[in-house]
Amino acid sequence: MAALELISNGANAAVVLGTVLIINARFLLYSASMATRFADESPARRTGMAYLLTDQAYAVTITKLDREPEYGSRWTYFAGGALPLWAMWQLYTLIGALAGAIIPESIPLAFAIPLVFIGLVVPAVTDRATFAAAASSAVVAVVAADLPANLGLLAAAGTGIAVGYLISRTHRMQGTTA
Amino acid sequence: MTATAWIVAIIGGLITFGERFVFLAIAHRTATVSPHVREALRMIPAAALAALAAPAVFRAGTDGALDLVNPRVLAAGLALVTMWRTRQILLTLLVGLAALVALQQLL
Repeated sequence: MAALELISNGANAAVVLGTVLIINARFLLYSASMATRFADESPARRTGMAYLLTDQAYAVTITKLDREPEYGSRWTYFAGGALPLWAMWQLYTLIGALAGAIIPESIPLAFAIPLVFIGLVVPAVTDRATFAAAASSAVVAVVAADLPANLGLLAAAGTGIAVGYLISRTHRMQGTTA
Repeated sequence: MTATAWIVAIIGGLITFGERFVFLAIAHRTATVSPHVREALRMIPAAALAALAAPAVFRAGTDGALDLVNPRVLAAGLALVTMWRTRQILLTLLVGLAALVALQQLL
């Protein structure tokens, strides 16, 4: 979406591609996070996963596997979530492109997007460390939202990961000395 | 679309696929990730999801200005409590959207 905006403003191709690279850099994190859980799958299956990987598919799968680390049919679980998401995304992109102007402005449908992420972040917060990660990331994301090319998102995620990791370490060290 | 736009779209698509794929591609060699890295990776979902949601709630002013007291903050708060208490994502969506519509009518 940001890329479309840049293209319509006549930005040069390298700037557009650089923006694409940075905005989607969070998928590097998702990819790394998923890789630890799907190391036993065949290369073909992992390639398929990469193609179908979306924010929501990642969130649903990682929530399940955090709760049940030994869950067996994890690839099927991922595909069962990701494939319909991918198919609906294609379908609704088409419908939206054809019918975008029809929905009345009084219904704030755009707000459904942060609501989905709110719904997903709740089960992702399971202890003090993940709570600190979410809270610090949210603060940085709000403060740094003006940075170009969604760099604020990366700064926020990076801060959240660092804070959560440090909290988790100190917590554990206190646990061993107590 | 012009030829340039098509080329940008195609290369952009390859870039995003590459980002999704790079770690999954070498997953079989990362099976022995150190506990430290694993613990850092465990923070990704909470951090990334919070970063995706927060600006749309708190930067809802004109031109994305910081606005800590707006209908979205209250609606998002209600949605958060709904999700926390019920773990029903559809209910959370409905509560959040209904709250926002109602608050925008009132204010």
